[in-house]
Formats: sequence, structure tokens, C-alpha cells
Amino acid sequence: MKVNLIAKHEKDSRACRDGMALTVKALMAEDPSVCYVDCDLMGCVNTKQLMELYPDRAFEAGIAEGNAAGVAAGLAATGKKVFFHSFGTFSSRRCYDQIYMSAAYADLPVHVLGSDAGVSAAFNGGTHMPLEDAAMYMSIPQAVVFDVCDYDQLAYVTRAQASIPAVTYTRFVRKNFKTIYGKGTKFRWGKGIVLHESDNDQATIITSGIMVDEALLAYEKLKKRGINVRVVDMFTWKPLDEKLVIKCAEETGAIVTAENHNVTCGLGSAVANCLAKSRPTVQEFVGVQDRFGQVGPQDFLMDEYGLRAANIVAAVKKAIRRK
Amino acid sequence: MDAKKIELLAAQIRLETLRVIHSLGFGHVGGSMDLADLMAVLYGEEMRYDPKNPHWADRDWLVMSKGHAGPVVYATFGLMGFYPMEEAYTLNKPHTRFPSHTDRKLTPGVDLTTGSLGQGVSTAVGAAIGNKIDGRDNRVFCIVGDGEADEGQVWEAFHLAYAKKLDNIIFFIDKNGYQLDGSTEKILDHGDLAAKVSGFGLYTQEIDGHDVRAIYQAIENAKAKKGVPSCIVLDTIKAKGATFAEPKHEHSSQPSEEKWQEALAASEKALAALQNA
Repeated sequence: MKVNLIAKHEKDSRACRDGMALTVKALMAEDPSVCYVDCDLMGCVNTKQLMELYPDRAFEAGIAEGNAAGVAAGLAATGKKVFFHSFGTFSSRRCYDQIYMSAAYADLPVHVLGSDAGVSAAFNGGTHMPLEDAAMYMSIPQAVVFDVCDYDQLAYVTRAQASIPAVTYTRFVRKNFKTIYGKGTKFRWGKGIVLHESDNDQATIITSGIMVDEALLAYEKLKKRGINVRVVDMFTWKPLDEKLVIKCAEETGAIVTAENHNVTCGLGSAVANCLAKSRPTVQEFVGVQDRFGQVGPQDFLMDEYGLRAANIVAAVKKAIRRK
Repeated sequence: MDAKKIELLAAQIRLETLRVIHSLGFGHVGGSMDLADLMAVLYGEEMRYDPKNPHWADRDWLVMSKGHAGPVVYATFGLMGFYPMEEAYTLNKPHTRFPSHTDRKLTPGVDLTTGSLGQGVSTAVGAAIGNKIDGRDNRVFCIVGDGEADEGQVWEAFHLAYAKKLDNIIFFIDKNGYQLDGSTEKILDHGDLAAKVSGFGLYTQEIDGHDVRAIYQAIENAKAKKGVPSCIVLDTIKAKGATFAEPKHEHSSQPSEEKWQEALAASEKALAALQNA
């Protein structure tokens, strides 16, 4: 895995969603079996172009997510590689049984895209704020779950999804994200990415998605105070890179997980499960603390739910104290 | 169509459906038995399939959306040579290939997994779209229960089938008038079910679901309709031909062995009468 870390904490001028939309477009051009089903939200993720280019294979199922998920499974039964998109709230909660039974249980891979991950649903508010979507998908046997942080990573993951013979779920933000990775970065799904490490790391921050930038900020703040920490971008939540988690626990002795998701049954829980089985380790959980979402600007919401670098710094200090 | 031959097949399907469920002693007799005539027309006359090559790309598809009617599917497929009939007498036993609800991973000939009601209607629509994309001229046949039609997903799928002008799919609604807790009228009254389906834009016919000639003709009518999906509402008698279940319209049954033997004997007698006719 080759990593070209940018981490200047600057907003990317591109729309993150295009990392997905343009990748699906390329896949549809390369492979006539690739299909795309949406629920009246193509306009939000720039995929109307797919319907214009490939009207047979890219289509609207209307505002009917349960049906759309079932249709995607039926298409998969005819040998199609199917992407299915809606906002993360709707591509999880509104079609969970359909994804579970018609797709996963029936061994029909459907590749689900959940946009507006966590607090990035911002102005659509609590009704549209997926803070449990990944938890739902992680509880489906063999499902693969991603939480991505930037344009290039989303492009990689979208392409990877099409080749995975299982139900996959990717949560991503549409826009207003920070560039984390530069050109030449090679990703491998199922493998965490070590962004910073040293010989005297006192803790490891395991994170993903929009929290990666906050974790990198936390790293810089802690370093100024003489505290070295390891930072891992765990963009694949399931299957978890358990080998890396255990290595980090052994070498640094304390873990802080940071997620744009409810701390119940998300990344933090997955890491805790792994450590409880293999190497019980002090852990602090940064994330939404079992609360519902609410409306407001993303910056406000990140403050409100404690998803900031300052929260990660405090969690690291606490974890180190608890060692 | 040779109606006598199909009626004979329907009687065989009824007997084998009883035998499949009797192997366990209990199960979804009602919603299985009432579909024997339709299954006989489909697999004895209408459908294109190869029992030795169940995944043949140009086959017609069957989606038993009312997945609990698995036994009538297993009986039909066994009679058609997808597997030795006796193998289906392992219904619901550990590691069986014949679970209560139809499962594409387990049973040769089962095209899509069903069980959570309403979902097979959507997956059938997806399969019909997939076959159209590939330019195949095959068809998808999807069987829906009238109780199942309580599920909103059924109507979402009809809506999409209409909007996409899917003329390669034929839905059947098994209107036996009963669901688990009682009559459909009492549980959640549909009103005029056929009119509702018709209102969704589907070419809809309502027929006697036990008249093989009427079933055949309705399917032929549906096949002739271009640019529109079809639905055939079958007026049926729940548990038809199962002596212990038919009078009570039972959803699931667990009769005594004596009652089972009565039912099996009556079914064998009905079959023999047709064979000797």
C-alpha cells in the first residue's frame, strides 16, 4: 500500500460524490453488466448522466427504496453488477429487510451507496442523518462496509465494490470534504492505512470518513505537546483489519476510535469486539453518543456531537491516563 | 393444450404436495394446494425450462413470492425431473435442500429466494428488467398471495413494472380469500383486488384459478399484450384437495396421522379417477 498523504486540512474543490459518479460511469463503459438504480436522488450525486448514457442500465425506481433494493437483487440474479443509491438513511433503514433477504441471504451481491454520511446530512436534519446505517449493514453476514474520507478513496472503493461477491455498503459525503490523499495512493480494501506512526506512540487513533481530517489535526496538536500517537484510516469497517488493530494495541497500549456514526455498533464497537477477543486494551470512543441527529450546519453538528480534533485529543489523553 | 393431461398433472402435483408436507407432518398446506392447477399449466404447458440445466439463461423464471408455498414448487419440480421426487420428502429437515420457503441457493429450479412477503414481486421485476437488458425473449412468472398484497412493496413493484412497460412479466394473484388470521375481508379488506391492479395499469384478468383451460387462455392473452405487464387474478379455494384443511381454509396445518392418511387416500383416489377417465 502506497500512501501520498496531503492532509493540509483544505477543502477539495471537487465534489466528493463525483469520485463515485464518474467511477460508476467508467465501470458502465467498461462492463455491460454494470447497472445503476436510484430512488429519485440522482440529482444529488450527479448520476443523471448515467441514465442519459445508459438508459437501459441506469434508471430510476422512484421514491420506493424497498422495491428498488429488491429490483437491484433481481437484476443481480440475471448476472448484473448493480449499484443502488439513496441517502444513507434511506438506503439502510428503508430497505433493510429487502437488502437482507432479497440480496444478502439470497447470495445476490448488491452494491449500496449511502450518501450524506452522518452529520454531513446537515441541513436535511435529523430525519435524514444516518448515524446507524453502517451498524445495520455490519450486522448482515458477509456484508462489506466502507466509510470513506475523500474523492480518490471513494473512487477506489466504488470500483472495488463492483468486484466484491457480496452485499457492499459505502457511506460517503457529497461535498465539503478535506483532501486527505494525493495522487499515487494505492488503497486495499480490508486493510487499514497507517497515516502516522513512530517508535514511541502512546496511543492509536482508529478512524475513517470525515473524522480522518480531525484525527490528523489531533495528531498535530498532541505532537506539539510531546505526545506521539499513531493514526489509522480504517475505511473498511467490515471485514475489520483485525491484524492491524491488534498490532496497534500491542505497540501503543491505548486505542481511541473516532467515527461520524453512533458509537453503538459502529467502528468503535467493531474495534472493541476485536480487542476483547484478542488483546483487551484501554479504549475511548469518539462519535455520536447514542443520540439522534438534528438540523444545522455541519460545523455546528461536529461541535455539538463532539466530533472535533479537541474531542479526540481529550480522548487520547484519557486513554493514556487509563493505561 | 391437452387439458386432460394438465388436469392429471395438477392431481399429481396435489398428491406430491401432500406427500412433501406429510414427510414432516405439518406445514403450509392451504396456500400450496390451491396453486396446483396453475403450476400444472405453467410447467406442463407454458414455461420454457430444462430440468437438467436449471440456470439455462433463456429459461422462463418462476418467482414464488408467497414463499411459504414452497411444497407445491418442490412437488412440481420433482415431477418435472429437477431432482428425484423422494428427495423433497426431507422438507425442513436439517440440511435439507427443501426449506419451508423457496431458496435459490438450495433448490434446483428456484430462481429467487422468497419468504419475507412482497419481496419476490420486486426481485421478479428486477429479473424481468435484467432479461430485457440482455435482449432475451423469456418471461418471468411471479405468484403473489392475496394476503401478501397487504404489503405496500407489492404495489411499488407493480408501479415500476408498469412504468417500465415490462411485457415479459406475468403476475398471478392467488385470491383464495384467506390469510393466517382469517379472511382477507376481515383482516384488511382489499375491496376489488383486480380493479386495484388494473388501476395500476397492468393488463388484468380474473379467472377461476382451478380451471386449467381458463388459466391457459389467460396466459395466452397476457402474452399477446405488448408494452404492458400482466396480472391474472386467480379465484381459488384455499387448501383445495386437502381434506383436513379445505373446509377450514387453513394457512398451516398439523393434522393427526389418521387425517393425513384420509387426505392422501382422497388425493390418490382423485388422481386415479383422472387416470382411468
